[in-house]
Amino acid sequence: MSNPSSPDNTSLIRSSLKKRYARERRFKLYGLLAVLTGFMFLFVLLADIVIKGTPAFTQHFIQVTIDLDPDALGVAPGASAEELQAANFGGAIKRGLREMFPDVTSRKDKRALYRMISIGAEYDLRDLLLEQPELLGQKKEIWLRAHSEAGSYLKGQVDTELAEEDRKVKNNLIGWLDRLEAQGKTESRFNVAFFTSGDSREPELAGIKAALYGSFFTLMVTFCLAFPIGVLAAVYLEEFAPRNRLTDLIEININNLAAVPSIVFGLLGLAVFINFFEMPRSAPLVGGIVLSLMTLPTIIITSRAAIQAVPPSIRQAALGVGASQLQTVFHHVLPVAMPGILTGSIIGMAQALGESAPLLMIGMVAFIMDVPGGVSDPSTVLPVQIFLWADSPERGFMEKTSAAIMVLMGFLILMNAVAIYLRRRFETH
Amino acid sequence: MQTPSVIIVLVALCLASFFFGRKRSETLALREGGYSSLHSLPKHYGYMAAAWAAIPALLILLVFTVSEDRYIQDAVIAQLPGAIQTLPAEQLGLYYNQVLGFAQGGIDGQELDETQLSAARYYQQLASQFSMVKAAGVFLAALIGCLLVLKGIHTRLRARNHVESIIQWVLFGCSFIAVVTTLGIVLSVLFEAIRFFQVIPLTDFLFGLEWSPQMAIRADQVAASGSFGFVPLLVGTLLISAVAMVIAVPVGLMSAIYLSEYATRRFRAITKPVLEILAGVPTVVYGFFAALTVAPFIRNLGESVGLSVASESALAAGIVMGIMIIPFVMSLSDDIINAVPDSLREASLGMGATLNETIRKVLLPAALPGIVGGILLAVSRAIGETMIVVMAAGLSAKLTANPLEAVTTITVQIVTLLVGDQEFDSPKTMAAFALGLVLFFVTLLLNVIALYVVRRYREQYE
Repeated sequence: MSNPSSPDNTSLIRSSLKKRYARERRFKLYGLLAVLTGFMFLFVLLADIVIKGTPAFTQHFIQVTIDLDPDALGVAPGASAEELQAANFGGAIKRGLREMFPDVTSRKDKRALYRMISIGAEYDLRDLLLEQPELLGQKKEIWLRAHSEAGSYLKGQVDTELAEEDRKVKNNLIGWLDRLEAQGKTESRFNVAFFTSGDSREPELAGIKAALYGSFFTLMVTFCLAFPIGVLAAVYLEEFAPRNRLTDLIEININNLAAVPSIVFGLLGLAVFINFFEMPRSAPLVGGIVLSLMTLPTIIITSRAAIQAVPPSIRQAALGVGASQLQTVFHHVLPVAMPGILTGSIIGMAQALGESAPLLMIGMVAFIMDVPGGVSDPSTVLPVQIFLWADSPERGFMEKTSAAIMVLMGFLILMNAVAIYLRRRFETH
Repeated sequence: MQTPSVIIVLVALCLASFFFGRKRSETLALREGGYSSLHSLPKHYGYMAAAWAAIPALLILLVFTVSEDRYIQDAVIAQLPGAIQTLPAEQLGLYYNQVLGFAQGGIDGQELDETQLSAARYYQQLASQFSMVKAAGVFLAALIGCLLVLKGIHTRLRARNHVESIIQWVLFGCSFIAVVTTLGIVLSVLFEAIRFFQVIPLTDFLFGLEWSPQMAIRADQVAASGSFGFVPLLVGTLLISAVAMVIAVPVGLMSAIYLSEYATRRFRAITKPVLEILAGVPTVVYGFFAALTVAPFIRNLGESVGLSVASESALAAGIVMGIMIIPFVMSLSDDIINAVPDSLREASLGMGATLNETIRKVLLPAALPGIVGGILLAVSRAIGETMIVVMAAGLSAKLTANPLEAVTTITVQIVTLLVGDQEFDSPKTMAAFALGLVLFFVTLLLNVIALYVVRRYREQYE
């Protein structure tokens, strides 16, 4: 049997093969490019933040010789701690600076000179003297915190090529700082204040301690509410719920809540908890409740999956020896499902830790300098602190923002690592 | 007695009920010849007694706590002089708050007049009476509950079943919270939105082309009411979401295809979790990235080719939002593509089609409904996303389709209207709730459609 068109077809196919294979290679390349684009975005994002944030972990100090003469400080020799509180440390620092740069004479230049040192330095000096009262009356070389603008020059962030009027750090300040640097009177240290102080208007004094405590209290409230309620709800839906309309309604609601924009939960918090129940604004208590409502669907869905994965033999064995259904679940099923439930809960908590939009609604955007002491004190959380700093125009705050992001991401990575570890252990069982 | 101390005493009462309940069942059991004569374990009788002490008492405590403030407020105001009682609601509220602040020790009494001081004393007296009554009611309820159970204990009482049914109700209550939350969301936004629509007609809101919610401070000022046209916000939201989709869909979909069809197992095992990091990055971080890195970059790029780009361009916010959504699109498409039966794939390959022909001509058409559903879910994500646009998009509502200009979105306006101090009754704040209502229903609609499409798609191949 011969088919006249068959050799033609074969040659047709053969001639098109090259094109088809080329297309195949191109398509594969596009796929690889898409994956690499994703990688590139991730890399650029992380690199951008690390590069911007790393300088914030160091802080520059300037050595100033300060005369702690009681007369000049406005206190009597051997002054008590209370008198020292009110002493004129700012004046002492200014005098020290003037002595270091005797050639600065005009009022304007002097003012610029004083701005070299942070206004927080007076309080550092006060604390030093309160700690070591014997320093009173001595003349001593003391390391003082630099102002953020001076600090940014010392960190090499100022572009001196730029015209003087276009930059905040002026030529005279640069000259003084260069002299100090040559004399070895500047020093870069690890920025402890970033972790030990609250928010401040001055970038060099601002820290994340208040926000960290706020986040901690908020997450505690979230966990204490969302974990038990979520697990019990999952137990009910998996083990006890009858198949009826009500159960369907609950399941539909859980699935929908998982997709509701987070800001809508903020509206709920504002209308219900703050305006109707008159709970305090800006409090971790309300923030925690709102975030727990938001994370509940995640916890319920993952807990249900974990409970489903428990082998039926365990249930049957428990029921077979006479345990009630409740005893079976609480004594046998839940302990086996616990690693999976914890994994889901940790992921839910990580979500809550990074969330900020609903917290803006309930007033957790306040300027908080003091570390909150409990769940009803006004406070802010780490992501909201990042949001607030990102809005500040000063260059010093930009690196603080990136550094705070690095801390936040560190916590998130830690939580996810724990979740992955638990999942691995769970899978081997 | 304050609520915390009432609760502490109540816990002690419950513990005592537990021990009495257990003791009583043990005594009864020994009288009738050993534990085996009991229906349940002794501890179940204890639990039952404790539960009956706790539940009625807690209910009473709840009722008292909720009604406390209102009851006392009404009583205090009722005994104020008539001239003060007839003050407008706002001034009366302020007046009462001063009384409250003084009575609770928050402010000192120097600024208050004599009537307020006496009202404060009356408040303190009432409050202490009220908390006495509250404590007494709670303890009485606990005692009665406990005693009733203790009296009712006999060896054939099915205490375990009783306790377990109580626990089942608690479990049900926990899962019912989801329904309550949804109801709470709907009611809270609906309630304020309805009040908003009484001031601003619904048609003005839905079809108005101008959005400038600046309300006049005085009633006689020019332009006494702001304009609340929703269209520019919707256009802005859709514009930014569209830019996000242009980034997220090709990259996410192609990545999913590559990872599920071409990549080796090892490559896939490493790549997928790394890309999913993008989904775990907090949105505020993306917002910072968009506002301080991407937006200036795009503006400089635009200026270098002679385009004028707003510093808060829709493009910057959209691109970063797209990056955020990539892993979302990727994992959804991955699931969908994997759900296509292998027989389709094998049939096509067996006919001599190359892999990319199989993917484009067989897999993708088969998976299309599912992928569309996934994209709808991603769009709903983009519409509801808040922090990126708050930080990187503009505030002024402009009706434009040019991604290089600054636009504003629904979520940005909700945040700007509600952050900061504001009185709760102004149309500005109510407008935020109206926007919230729209946002809730739009995302709900998208989700319902998407979930329905995806489920239908899955069922097709099961």
